[in-house]
Amino acid sequence: MDFFSKVMGKEASLSKNVAKERLRLVLVHDRATISPQLLDSLKEDLIQVINGYMEIDRKGTEITLNSDEKSVALVANIPVIKIKRGYEQSRA
Amino acid sequence: MGEVIVITSGKGGVGKTTTTANIGTGLAAMGKKVVLVDTDIGLRNLDVVLGLENRIVYDLVDVANGHCRLKQALIKDKRFDNLALLPAAQTKDKTAVKPEQMEVLCQQLKEEFDYVIIDCPAGIEQGFKNAIAGAEKAIVVTTPEVAAVRDADRIIGLLEAAELRNPKLIINRIRPKMVKKGDMMDINDMIDILAIDLIGVVPEDEAIVISTNKGEPAVLDMNSWAGQAYRNIAKRITGEEVPLISLEVEEGVLGKLKKLFGFKS
Repeated sequence: MDFFSKVMGKEASLSKNVAKERLRLVLVHDRATISPQLLDSLKEDLIQVINGYMEIDRKGTEITLNSDEKSVALVANIPVIKIKRGYEQSRA
Repeated sequence: MGEVIVITSGKGGVGKTTTTANIGTGLAAMGKKVVLVDTDIGLRNLDVVLGLENRIVYDLVDVANGHCRLKQALIKDKRFDNLALLPAAQTKDKTAVKPEQMEVLCQQLKEEFDYVIIDCPAGIEQGFKNAIAGAEKAIVVTTPEVAAVRDADRIIGLLEAAELRNPKLIINRIRPKMVKKGDMMDINDMIDILAIDLIGVVPEDEAIVISTNKGEPAVLDMNSWAGQAYRNIAKRITGEEVPLISLEVEEGVLGKLKKLFGFKS
């Protein structure tokens, strides 16, 4: 890198880094439009895993992607019907 | 049996048509039998880039609808007997051809040619669907700009959804001087973001403008930097391993002065 830039501490303001950061954010959003099929298969897998630990309400389970300005979150709302007895022991 | 490769990008103006013309001509210069298919119906341009605009009689839509035989619509290149163009129609719209027809067409073409290279229109609608319908491989062209890389990312997703796995990336119109100054994304930045394999990097080169003016692909210009890059890409398509061309820039007077005074890392 250039001597002058180094002295000025310009690394962050290099326009290519601005481009990369803007691109990163825009792609987080673009890619967050995951196909419903993919979300469904993720939901099925999640249910499978959780089922080993507790009984959950399959029908009430909701998986969505929430996105705001800076980030995207996977939000799962999974109603628990009952926790399997003996879970502690079997894990120990 | 040949292979069918689609050249696509999402965004317009990144150099799909130039890339198609140069790769196709490059492969033909290597002795391969090549046909280039322009699927940009209504906005045909590949004929002009190749300098074949005066020879068109029939087009893609005529073939798809059975108005002529496939052989009648193929235009032989001026320079290579083993290079042909199937031009797009200029007066119809993108719905004049269906993806199923494209599949049949590609099937027929690959029996005759080693490489069927499809120039895809910009966008992600009917024209894109037509272009990828018969393709087995895909090359995504992008430039080092936010908008172009974003669209490339979207296209890669759509290609994968259409079962066109492992598309290859061409980074076009890179300017080494700007990259060096930190004013343009570099090759690794874009590979990191798009997470696909690179098949070539083409530097910005005035020779491309000149060659397009004349209708003579730059790949045949032994003095052109971009032409060299396209020759390398053509070789890689045939399976040859070729290192990326060096993007080191010649230092200007200022650069030399800075170095002299120890201002360069």
